[in-house]
Amino acid sequence: MAATSHTGNGQFPDAGTPVQFTRDEELTAYREMLLIRRFEEKAGQLYGMGFIGGFCHLYIGQEAVVVGMQMAIKPGDQVITTYRDHGHMLATGMDAKGVMAELTGRSGGYSRGKGGSMHMFSKEKNFYGGHGIVGANVPLGAGLAFANKYRGNDNVCLTYFGDGAANQGQVYEAFNMAKLWHLPVIFIIENNRYAMGTAIERAAATTDFSRRGASFDIPGEQVDGMDVRAVRAAGERAVKRARAGEGPCILEMLTYRYRGHSMSDPAKYRTREEVERVREERDPIERVRRRMLEAGMIKEDELKKIDGEIRSIVNAAAEFAQNDPEPDASELWTDVLLPA
Amino acid sequence: MPTMSMIEAIRDAHDVMMARDDNVVVFGEDVGYFGGVFRCTRGLQQKYGRNRCFDTPINESGIVGTAIGMAAYGLRPCVEIQFADYMYPAYDQLVSEAARLRHRSANDFSAPITVRMPTGGGIFGAQTHSQSPEALFTHVCGLKTVVPSNPYDAKGLLISAIETDDPVIFLEPKRLYNGPFDGHHERPVVPWSKHPLSEVPEGYYTVPLGVASVRRPGAALTVLAYGTMVYVAEAAAAETGIDAEIIDLRTLLPLDTDTIVASVEKTRRCVIVHEATRTSGFGAELSATVQELCFYHLEAPIVRVTGWDTPYPHAQEWAYFPGPQRVGEAFRRVMEA
Repeated sequence: MAATSHTGNGQFPDAGTPVQFTRDEELTAYREMLLIRRFEEKAGQLYGMGFIGGFCHLYIGQEAVVVGMQMAIKPGDQVITTYRDHGHMLATGMDAKGVMAELTGRSGGYSRGKGGSMHMFSKEKNFYGGHGIVGANVPLGAGLAFANKYRGNDNVCLTYFGDGAANQGQVYEAFNMAKLWHLPVIFIIENNRYAMGTAIERAAATTDFSRRGASFDIPGEQVDGMDVRAVRAAGERAVKRARAGEGPCILEMLTYRYRGHSMSDPAKYRTREEVERVREERDPIERVRRRMLEAGMIKEDELKKIDGEIRSIVNAAAEFAQNDPEPDASELWTDVLLPA
Repeated sequence: MPTMSMIEAIRDAHDVMMARDDNVVVFGEDVGYFGGVFRCTRGLQQKYGRNRCFDTPINESGIVGTAIGMAAYGLRPCVEIQFADYMYPAYDQLVSEAARLRHRSANDFSAPITVRMPTGGGIFGAQTHSQSPEALFTHVCGLKTVVPSNPYDAKGLLISAIETDDPVIFLEPKRLYNGPFDGHHERPVVPWSKHPLSEVPEGYYTVPLGVASVRRPGAALTVLAYGTMVYVAEAAAAETGIDAEIIDLRTLLPLDTDTIVASVEKTRRCVIVHEATRTSGFGAELSATVQELCFYHLEAPIVRVTGWDTPYPHAQEWAYFPGPQRVGEAFRRVMEA
């Protein structure tokens, strides 16, 4: 694993000269990130219109993390995450309609309306959820990695959680077991600096989360989670190690969410200027867009065409999610236990 | 047919299932090299290798959490929590993940795990090695909860549990591991080899989940019991001369209400016995169920005999434990009403 320069306290590391993307790679990253961004904006609108109730945690700002990691893995690798999960689902290739319809609690949602925003799954896409209890998915990720090792396949499990979950005890149980048994798991800590309304400095005795595996001898790396190229490069290093049987590692993704923790969060714990500064200087989508234009890889009108395509995917998802029927009341009683 | 203790029968169930299905993996604290604190997994690591039977760190949440992840990918983990009292750190995983995975994924994933744990007292384990937390599981929709009371059932139920596509909590009354303890702690332990239910067939067989067993047919009253209390109730029937029909529930959830209702409609009286504390114990659920389904057949109020609402004591263990005398008194009370 590459040496890490710890920049401390959630400052974004200077990536130096990151690995360059080809035009195709830049375009893939752009499309995937834009899909998440537009999807989340639409989810926010539908929430405001009353189509989505309860909890809804938007991923806006963090798109480069999941898109970059997804570019570093192969089919068969598993993904499991906590509750800010819409981006992960879209990145694994789950259908925007099914995700949006789950948000609106319709029968065409991925969990037929039983899961909601925080609880969606897809066996087909190797997406293992969507878990609403902070940190509870982390031992499951180690278990999935164990199953890979037991089966003798070369799959790795990407196990995502946030800076808040990184303070949960069971995370360290998973770290210990993963290292003890050399499991092919990558622990991705999405450090967006705030666990709901609590800044990392107010909740964590040490805020360099890449070092949280130090006592288990799990290597860690801080990554500019706002640069999709840096994410993919770090992801590829970690995945290569894990596939080679060298065990787990930690990737701390330094990232930022533009919106509140949930829809009811006015985000008074940070300044408007702080948010604006990250948006202007670091926005992961804008960075790709600007790079492509500056390098002459693409023209404005081609980008506009892509934007239009993404908008129609999202609009179709929203349309579906508003018109799909609600699940029958009898669905409440299914999938609880199998018959005795 | 060989006779086995509960321990040997449980070990044998593991052996049968590990031989039948490569997906069955067995792990927990001291489960591999040591063979388990009560020796329920003795020899399995030697026979099946360290990939399939292994030791874990002392981290119950991690044990159950990794088991759920493995199960979601198609393995069949059968894990041991060393004492049921150690389960609490894993409760989040059991409730929030194992029990709910099928429902919230609309059947895309499930967690077919078996979580074994020795339960109950009578061994001077005091507060943290004696509790009976079954009601904490039966209250959680999405879990099945099993309590065997003899070697034959233990093997057949454990095989069923491992084969079940849902998470199963398998509570092993530790005072029954070596013999059918009836609450007479002052007497020497009778070994299982003297009991007919220690005759355990070799190889594969199942006892289905969700089916109770009438252990002693009777006409005077119905006793609803499970685990150690089956033998305590038998002793109370013998000592009072009251012709009790003793039902060993075997599975608490799903509950075999058909057997319960048929018996109570016949005897018209019902005593419920468990070792766990009284308030919000599983007896409350049983009592409510009998009242709802059998009210017009009852000739006396339902009586519960349970542990007291105190921490499980050390010095006063036998004052806490609902022994044959307390159960016999309840029989008389129900007959007099």
